[in-house]
Amino acid sequence: MTFRVGVITFPGSLDDKDAARAVRLAGGESVSLWHADANLHSVDAVVLPGGFSYGDYLRCGAIAKFAPVMEKLVDAGNGGLPILGICNGFQVLTESHLLPGALTRNDHLHFICRDQKLRIENNSSAWTSDFEVGEEILIPLKNGEGGYVADEKTLDELEGEGRVIARYLEINPNGSRRDIAGITNARGNVVGIMPHPEHAVEKLTGPTTDGLGFFTSLLKSLVNDGKVSA
Amino acid sequence: MVSVVVYVKLKPEILDPQGRAVLGALGRLGLSGVADVRQGKQFVLNIDGEVDAAKLAQIHEIAGTLLSNPVIEDFTVEVRP
Repeated sequence: MTFRVGVITFPGSLDDKDAARAVRLAGGESVSLWHADANLHSVDAVVLPGGFSYGDYLRCGAIAKFAPVMEKLVDAGNGGLPILGICNGFQVLTESHLLPGALTRNDHLHFICRDQKLRIENNSSAWTSDFEVGEEILIPLKNGEGGYVADEKTLDELEGEGRVIARYLEINPNGSRRDIAGITNARGNVVGIMPHPEHAVEKLTGPTTDGLGFFTSLLKSLVNDGKVSA
Repeated sequence: MVSVVVYVKLKPEILDPQGRAVLGALGRLGLSGVADVRQGKQFVLNIDGEVDAAKLAQIHEIAGTLLSNPVIEDFTVEVRP
């Protein structure tokens, strides 16, 4: 059994090494992908890591969506390739229209960094199948522009189709509509989440190891899809 | 030289925390009667030569993809000869 997960590095990405480490801890092989290389190198899945791609100039993720690798990624995502966008990666996914809505300035205007409790709402996506619905997890959150917004119709659709994958518990740290921390596309292969599962994969450095579930979920879904053998 | 100005503003239904912070400052500076402040952006594209219909169409396209995010923002384009 081996599964290869690409981690894309943009100028200004911060958490690509942590994401690659999380992939390895879940039993996968991490493959470094470069923003200027329009090639996904036949990986089984892709992580868009956190950070400040292109300095977050203009809007978070707005310039990254025009990187050469992104055209390939958008096609692959529409074709079913599992993609996880974390924080800045989530912003890139909304800017690229792989996911609906947008991430805007935190309503209180402060950058926030805390260990955040979440409730898993959907365990049928490629990245959440190893959780139970209703399971509470604790992973780090760190963002300045993490407020999830979308029009009411889109929010109702996301709720109605069970596409909210995780919600903030206890406090809403950034003004996200309906406490939304993460969503998936209709097919369940593309997931965006504002908090950082890749920072909660080892006891030494994370508040918990709850984040590992996103990466073991990927393995499970690849096995179920026959992409890798168990 | 022709300037093409692209104005980008948040859609009315999108909360503008920056505008709200400015509104707070206006109150502290003694300006009363301001009901609301909305913050936007302005891009001034200084262009060599003529801006014909094709170029203007190209600028509209870019204003709706790069310069603004249609999910949360509206834009207008103005040519200043």
